[in-house]
Amino acid sequence: MELPAQTFRVTRADLVRYAGASGDFNPIHWSDRVATKVGLPGVIAHGMFTMALVGRAVTEWAGSADAVVEYGVRFTRPVVVPDDDQGTEIEVTARVREVTEDGLTRLEVTATCLGEKVLSQARATIRTAR
Amino acid sequence: MPLDPSFVGRTYPPTAPYQVGREKIREFAGAIGATDPAHHDPEAARALGHPDVVAPPTFPVIVTMAASSQIIEDPALGVDYSRLVHGDQRFAYTRPVFAGDELVCTNTIEDVSTRGGHGFLTTRTDVSTVGGEPVVAVWARYVIRGEA
Repeated sequence: MELPAQTFRVTRADLVRYAGASGDFNPIHWSDRVATKVGLPGVIAHGMFTMALVGRAVTEWAGSADAVVEYGVRFTRPVVVPDDDQGTEIEVTARVREVTEDGLTRLEVTATCLGEKVLSQARATIRTAR
Repeated sequence: MPLDPSFVGRTYPPTAPYQVGREKIREFAGAIGATDPAHHDPEAARALGHPDVVAPPTFPVIVTMAASSQIIEDPALGVDYSRLVHGDQRFAYTRPVFAGDELVCTNTIEDVSTRGGHGFLTTRTDVSTVGGEPVVAVWARYVIRGEA
């Protein structure tokens, strides 16, 4: 079963806010000068920010804030965030792989940015909503 | 410099307790746009049977990333931080994190390898309360990019 797609817009302002909230102040997430110096195409989103947005999508599908039992991803491609008001978009889709006898649902999640997969092996196990 | 495989299996001393604040959970949930009242409103969280607001699923990374500096900055292991890239991340929950939790991290190096000139480091962080109640196990895999 496919779950309804969710789209998240990500701007530089979101990265700055996430940096503050998470404590990850690596300059590749806010400085073009530093990002390009280390060979990146530009400022990139924190992998953990992308993972958090996908986690939010999973939580919303599950319909409860504490539903996630297990959640893992591989960071395959950086999300480049341009310095404008539009930023970029991450699209999240998922399909149900399995519903276990003890009420757990295993999801296979896909996150793409500009049509390219940014996470691979993204899987979440959720408790079915109460 | 290749990573020393003899570090596999090494467990570090537990970290100092991290006090999970209600405002920190609200700030983190706000930063990722998570509007579920259970992340923000203690009454809504209590109505679901929780002691206080519930952290979003990736919140523990705040605690575990800080704790993993124990490994990343271990001079004996010799990780070049400027070449470090986050490869994989996984959380396995015993229960969610709530405001008011005091969390302690115990870091273990699960795997160290070198392939194609790159180093790979897998860490496991067992997050529990100061009272010893397990909360979440967190795995991170780092790639230390080789010299081009």
